[in-house]
Amino acid sequence: MSGERPPPFSSIALAVAGALVIGIASGQWWLAIGVLTVWIGSLLLTSSQPPNLTRTEPSDVLSSASMGELIEYSGTPILVTENSRISAANRAARKLLGSHVIDQDMRVALRHPKAIQLLESRKSGFTRIKGLSRRRDVWRLNKQVLSNGISVVELLNQTAEVDISRAHTDFVANASHELRTPLASIIGYVETMLDERDALPDEMRAKFLGTILAEGKRLQNLVSDLMSLSRIEAEKHEQPQEMVVFDTLVSRAARDAAGVDRSERLKMDLAEGISISGDERQLEQLVRNLVDNALKYGAADGEVVISLQSNDNEEAELVVRDSGDGIPPEHIPHLTRRFYRTDPGRSRASGGTGLGLAIVKHIVERHRGRLDISSQLGQGTNISVRIPLLETADN
Amino acid sequence: MNEHTVKAFDEDITRLRGLIAEMGGLAELSIHEALDAMVKGDEELAKKVVKRDKKIDALESEVDKLAVRVIALRAPMADDLREVIAALKIAGVVERIGDYSKNIAKRVGEIEGRSRFEPLTLLPAMGEIASEMVHDVLTAYAARDPALAREVIAADEKVDAFYNSIFRNVVSYMVENPATISSAAQLLFVARNIERIGDHATNVAEMVHFAATGTYPPDEDG
Repeated sequence: MSGERPPPFSSIALAVAGALVIGIASGQWWLAIGVLTVWIGSLLLTSSQPPNLTRTEPSDVLSSASMGELIEYSGTPILVTENSRISAANRAARKLLGSHVIDQDMRVALRHPKAIQLLESRKSGFTRIKGLSRRRDVWRLNKQVLSNGISVVELLNQTAEVDISRAHTDFVANASHELRTPLASIIGYVETMLDERDALPDEMRAKFLGTILAEGKRLQNLVSDLMSLSRIEAEKHEQPQEMVVFDTLVSRAARDAAGVDRSERLKMDLAEGISISGDERQLEQLVRNLVDNALKYGAADGEVVISLQSNDNEEAELVVRDSGDGIPPEHIPHLTRRFYRTDPGRSRASGGTGLGLAIVKHIVERHRGRLDISSQLGQGTNISVRIPLLETADN
Repeated sequence: MNEHTVKAFDEDITRLRGLIAEMGGLAELSIHEALDAMVKGDEELAKKVVKRDKKIDALESEVDKLAVRVIALRAPMADDLREVIAALKIAGVVERIGDYSKNIAKRVGEIEGRSRFEPLTLLPAMGEIASEMVHDVLTAYAARDPALAREVIAADEKVDAFYNSIFRNVVSYMVENPATISSAAQLLFVARNIERIGDHATNVAEMVHFAATGTYPPDEDG
């Protein structure tokens, strides 16, 4: 060993002196020699202990075993490769790629040609691959080369980001399609009326004008729905704070939605004195959309039951029930998607924009509430909205 | 798998499996890109697929050499022997899968009037099932998972059903639009190629099952 200390000369000198004193004092020189041997021996033994704690080998820190422990509980899948073999894979990586990959050739785990190209190069870098474990997912691979042929590969799931940007494109495409359809028929009818100015019988002209008006209104509804949707989305993180008396609001908005000619189909059962904190305009819109849907898609002259109660969980529970054909169960999870229609022809014919329930969902979410839709074919649909009650001073 | 006393044998097997996985990755990508090129009419992409097949061939011959060398030098027994034999056979089949993709890519230029050619829209769904089978069978090989291999074998029925319906569809389309017969006939070959890819994936699945368990999967129908 290189860092050996010199023998402790001063201590040895003291030991010799001590032995001499014992020898002279007692006259037993054998005893003095014995004491001297033990003394010097123990001195030498303690001094030969390696004192150099600072001298640990720095390269030992990078063993793949220690790295395996280090990465084990990371949420990101991480692989440690050693000379093209996978020497460690953390829990997330084993879940993603299967626990068989450890000790295998790295190509067994990541066989996409772009991944292999990255892994075989001696440099650090990254690549994006599609379809690692499932067909549509997108992963980004970051490779960092360390010493001794060890590299660390980190796998980042970017599927969600890709999905979001796809959702945006889909939304724009859908919205433009929805806006273009009414415009096309408006333009078509107007063109016909211009071309055939004299030849068109009056009743035909009236029919055309009626269609143009209906389509124009649909366009107007669609634009205002799109605007309110974007407004609600913009505010969705701030919980509204106004105090709203929910029962009066519900009865007002429901009558408003039904209009004069449909209001006798409404049957209301509202508990009184239910206050919540919310945004009055948005809550009105929520009730209007729900009631309008129920009247529109329910049985032609069946009644629509609206009930409002406070439940045990300190929530206001609004239930709108119709007695229509019901909604097939496979559609229910998608109902709140924008522009989703179970029956496109019927929805358009009745002037629907495909945004009503999407708006309802966003309003409910902004009020920290819950939306539940249940339906039985042939019996009707039940939509319930639960919104936390305003905390009153007396409880 | 247990470790062997001869470390070099372990290394050879690992390398063999790595090579097969690499071939499989290339074949998988080729199927995707060949169908993509077919649907979009992207001849550049098709050329890339054709070029990639050379690499698959080269890898196959590498697997062949390595497998023969392992058998000659190490005289493996039991599951080790099964492993090497399976690798040898799987490499051959994956190479065939690559060939079918190349074949599809070569027909990209032969389809005319792509935008109005309805039967073209049927292919991607079928291709997706077939490429998923290839993906799953390679995962089954990597994990030595006989259960997943049996799933792949079961999925072949779907591809066959797709093939039959596409066949009927395209034939009736030909009858109605005689002008497109040459393009439609090409499409039939493409569908046929995809169907063959499915069959070959099934073959690989059987070999994976054999290498893992020593028996062929039950109720196989050829």
